[in-house]
Amino acid sequence: MLRAIVTRTIVAVLLWATPTLAEEVVLGLSQDRVSITTNFDGSEILIFGAVKREVPLPRDSQLEVIVTVAGPSLPLTVRRKEKRLGIWVNTDSVEVDRAPSFYAVLTSAPLSEVLDDVEDLRHKISVPRAIRSVGAPSNIQDSMAFTDALIRIKENSDIYQLREGAVELREQTLFKTSVKMPAALTEGDYATRIFLTRDGKVVASYERNIDVQKVGLERWLYELSRGQPLLYGLMSLAIAIGAGWLASSVFRLLRA
Amino acid sequence: MQIYLPIAEVSVNAFLLLGLGGIVGILSGMFGVGGGFLMTPLLFFIGIPPAVAVATEANQIVASSFSGVLAHLKRKTVDLRMGTVLLIGGLMGAALGVVLFNYLKAQGQVDLLVKLCYVVFLGIIGGLMFVESLRAIRNTKSGKPPARKKHNWVHGLPFKMRFRVSGLYISVIPPLLVGVSVGVLAAIMGVGGGFIMVPAMIYLLGMPTKVVVGTSLFQIIFVTAFTTMLHATTNFTVDIVLAVLLLIGGVIGAQIGARIGVKMKAEQLRILLAMMVLAVCGKLALDLLIMPSELYSIGAAGGH
Repeated sequence: MLRAIVTRTIVAVLLWATPTLAEEVVLGLSQDRVSITTNFDGSEILIFGAVKREVPLPRDSQLEVIVTVAGPSLPLTVRRKEKRLGIWVNTDSVEVDRAPSFYAVLTSAPLSEVLDDVEDLRHKISVPRAIRSVGAPSNIQDSMAFTDALIRIKENSDIYQLREGAVELREQTLFKTSVKMPAALTEGDYATRIFLTRDGKVVASYERNIDVQKVGLERWLYELSRGQPLLYGLMSLAIAIGAGWLASSVFRLLRA
Repeated sequence: MQIYLPIAEVSVNAFLLLGLGGIVGILSGMFGVGGGFLMTPLLFFIGIPPAVAVATEANQIVASSFSGVLAHLKRKTVDLRMGTVLLIGGLMGAALGVVLFNYLKAQGQVDLLVKLCYVVFLGIIGGLMFVESLRAIRNTKSGKPPARKKHNWVHGLPFKMRFRVSGLYISVIPPLLVGVSVGVLAAIMGVGGGFIMVPAMIYLLGMPTKVVVGTSLFQIIFVTAFTTMLHATTNFTVDIVLAVLLLIGGVIGAQIGARIGVKMKAEQLRILLAMMVLAVCGKLALDLLIMPSELYSIGAAGGH
């Protein structure tokens, strides 16, 4: 009886002990909401933090930090043009299930060194892993080319960013970096994830959301266009007619 | 100055939009075209999503056409009766066009068809107008009297009606048909249809060039107002902030354009319009023929 209790206690202690990580992230954000106002022109968010440790610093491995920021995901279609009868037309298309509307990966060293493939697959960290594509229709053999094109186009406009070495790490304890968010932002929760890695393995992770929202006039117009589309349409027309009439009367006065 | 557009969800330079609106407004007042066929590609180019560009453009055209019509009404160069007949045809055509558009969309390749339509129509219309107005200019220089209006099959049709402002006494069937076909094309291509309407009125109906501009604008107001409401209620893609920026430039431009138009000779107006139409046609044709630098494009899922 006593033995059973002792065993159970030991098991319980072990179970309780396992989730305690050797290293943990304590995070700070310069702002956890981004307000899109009429003159919104992009935003830079400072992400900083410290590594809390309850065990001595391991000697044999180097700590690395990966920070990712992901905007809300949307399904997309990627189309490819081909020459048919002398003109360029869209022929094949591949549906991408989910692609983030914004995605930034910031690391303290080259990504291939700080993260191995298995861990990448598990946590979906690198840009290609963040996109989910269920597979192309059977008539398309090179579906990878479509996802590559998606990443290429988004990277060219800074919507997808991979910035290796952008995370500053001091004494394996303090880290900081900043994410530049473009002016063309979609509303929603931007998941910010921090990963601590050792030898390519994730040893700790932390997640927090940055809330991106339209405010003021932007919010009001957006809500109106969705909630009261008829009123919104009539308002647009009224503004158009009013402006046309105003310009005409002003010009008439100028000539008189 | 950067402005964030609430529906398009992009940030753009306000002065750039004011300028674009102004230039397209001038063309609108001068030639009686809405300018959608110029503005829509320009908006794509500065990064506005296509669906928002097409819908918002319609709203801006309402403003610049209204401003232009008021300027023309003062000069009595709007044939309201002809405009109404064209409009009735236009609305019937637009309804037909939406049905046709949905059918084509189900078949795929609607984009290609729209582009080919553009190239073929713009090419034919622009080319014919260019040759004709060049000849007219040469004739006036050499002192030859302009050719008299010929009586053709158009004048043999029933249901005749008198259009005083245009100085015409013709059957209502040809204007109705012109209205219908422009309405169909407008619905498919997502434009007001002025650049097809104007030449059709000059050459098919034999209306005087000066009256054509005002009458075309009159008819465009209603077609684009209808389109705006349709987009606002079904696709939620009208961006009012973008529209306001464009239409401030647009209404001022339209007033200036209408005044420039009055000072110019009819042949000069026609040849300029012909050149503009040909330029747009050439650009679209090149897009189809030259290998694009990026073969892939990203679109909303399931959409066209």
